[in-house]
Amino acid sequence: MSITNVFTSSIGKKYIMALTGMALFLFVVLHLLGNLQVFLGPEVLNRYGAFLQGNVELLWPARIVLLILVGLHIWSAIKLSAENKAARPQPYAQQELAAASYASRTMLMSGLIIAAFIVYHLLHFTVQVTAVNLTGKDFTKLMDAKQQHDVFAMMVTGFKQPVVVGAYVVAMFLLFLHLSHGVGAMFQSLGWKNPAHGPLIARFAEIISWFIFLGYISIPIAILLGYGSSYEGLTK
Amino acid sequence: MNLTLKVWRQKDAKSPGRMVEYQAANIIPDMSFLEMLDVVNEGLIARGEEPIAFDSDCREGICGTCSLVINGIAHGGQRGTTACQLHMRHFQDGQTITIEPWRAKSFPVLKDLVTDRGAFDRIIQAGGFVSVNTGGTPDANALPVAKVDSDRAMDAAACIGCGACVAACKNASAMLFVSAKVSHLALLPQGKVERNQRVLNMVQQMDAEGFGNCTVTGSCEAVCPKEISLDFIARLNREYGKALLKGATGHKETV
Repeated sequence: MSITNVFTSSIGKKYIMALTGMALFLFVVLHLLGNLQVFLGPEVLNRYGAFLQGNVELLWPARIVLLILVGLHIWSAIKLSAENKAARPQPYAQQELAAASYASRTMLMSGLIIAAFIVYHLLHFTVQVTAVNLTGKDFTKLMDAKQQHDVFAMMVTGFKQPVVVGAYVVAMFLLFLHLSHGVGAMFQSLGWKNPAHGPLIARFAEIISWFIFLGYISIPIAILLGYGSSYEGLTK
Repeated sequence: MNLTLKVWRQKDAKSPGRMVEYQAANIIPDMSFLEMLDVVNEGLIARGEEPIAFDSDCREGICGTCSLVINGIAHGGQRGTTACQLHMRHFQDGQTITIEPWRAKSFPVLKDLVTDRGAFDRIIQAGGFVSVNTGGTPDANALPVAKVDSDRAMDAAACIGCGACVAACKNASAMLFVSAKVSHLALLPQGKVERNQRVLNMVQQMDAEGFGNCTVTGSCEAVCPKEISLDFIARLNREYGKALLKGATGHKETV
C-alpha cells in the first residue's frame, strides 16, 4: 500500500476528482472576480488584462497547470464512469433513483459539454480566432489609447452577438448544474464533512453556484442590453 | 386485494432471465410482502410450477437477508424498512408490482430473486474485525469512550449488510456498507489500533469485487433499512486518506 494507490483505488480517484475540481472551482471564482471588473470601466479592465498578459514566466506555468488539472479531472471522470457502468451489466427493468438529483446523474454530460465550451471560449477570447466570434472583426487588432490590448472593446464587440451570448448562458447554466452537485460532493469525497458542518457545506454549495452563474451571465447580458455601447474604443 | 406481479425469473446463475407476469389473488392487506409471495408460491406449487425463489430469514427486519427491488426501489421505498417489514396495505388493489433481484456485477443472481452477496463477506474478511479477543461486555466506564463516539459507532453498527445500498446506487457502489463497517470499528478503542490497515484492506477488497464508485447521489441512505447516513462515507474517505499518508501501521503506540 502506498500513495500511488491514489491513482488505482476507487477512493483515490475520487480524491483526484475532488482536488482538481476544487482547484478548478477556485479558478472559476477568481476568473469571475477578474471579469466583473468590466463593470468598473475600460481602463480598469484593460489594465487587468495587461497585468495578466504581462508576465510570460507566470502566465504559461499557470496555463499549463490549469491544463493538467483539467486533464486529470476528465481522466478520473472517464475512468470512474467506466467502472460505474461495468459494475451493473444487467440494468433494472424498472428503477427509481431514490434520491439522486438531476445534477448528480448528469455530471459526466454537463462536464463534457463545459469542456467543449472551454475550447470555444479559448478560441473566442484567448487565441482570438476571427472565424468564431461571428463579428468579422479581428480581436487581436483592438488597442486602447495606452497601446494595451483593448479587452473592454473585445468583450463589448464579442457579446453584441446574441448567438454567442446564448451559447455562453447555456454553458454557464451547465456549469451551475455541475457545481451545484460538485462543490458539495468535493467536500464529501475528501472526507471534509461531518454531521455538524454538512448543512453548512450544502448551503455554501448552493449559494456559490448561484453567485457564479449570475455573476458570469451578468456580463454578456448587460452588454447585449447596451452596456459599454458608448465606449469610444469601439469605433476604431 | 388482487395484484399483478412482474417477477424476474432465472433458472440458475448461467441461464438468462426474464420478467414473468403472475396474478396474486385474495391478498390480505395485513400480510407482509414476503407472505404475499408465499401465497403466490403456494399457488404455483399447487399448479406444479416452480415457485419463485427469494431470500428471507428472520422476517422481522433485523437480519438483512431479504433483498427485493420492488417497483424499482430496494426494499420497496418505505423509509427505514426491509422488504419483510413492508406490508401489503401500502399497495393498492389492482396495482402492478415489479419485483427484481439486487442488480450488480458483484452480486450475481443465483436463481430468480436470490443473489450471491459473498462479496460483502469477503470485504469483512479483509478487515472488518478486531484481531484480539476483547472478552465479554466490559464494565461500564472501564474503557473510556466518549458519548458522541459510542452513539456514532452504534449508528454505524446498525448496518445489517443487506446490500440495498449497492442495489439502489446508480453505480452499484458498496461505499455505504464499507463506510459503516470501517466507521463503527474505527470509533471504538478496540478497533482503533488496526484502523489504518483495516480501511486500506477493506477498500482494496471492495475495489477487487468490482463495485462502482460513490458519486454522492444519496440513493443509498434513502433506501437503507437501518438509515445509515451518507456522512459515514465522508468518514470512510477521511480514514482512507489518513491511512494512505500514515501507512498501514501508522497508529500511535500506546504501550
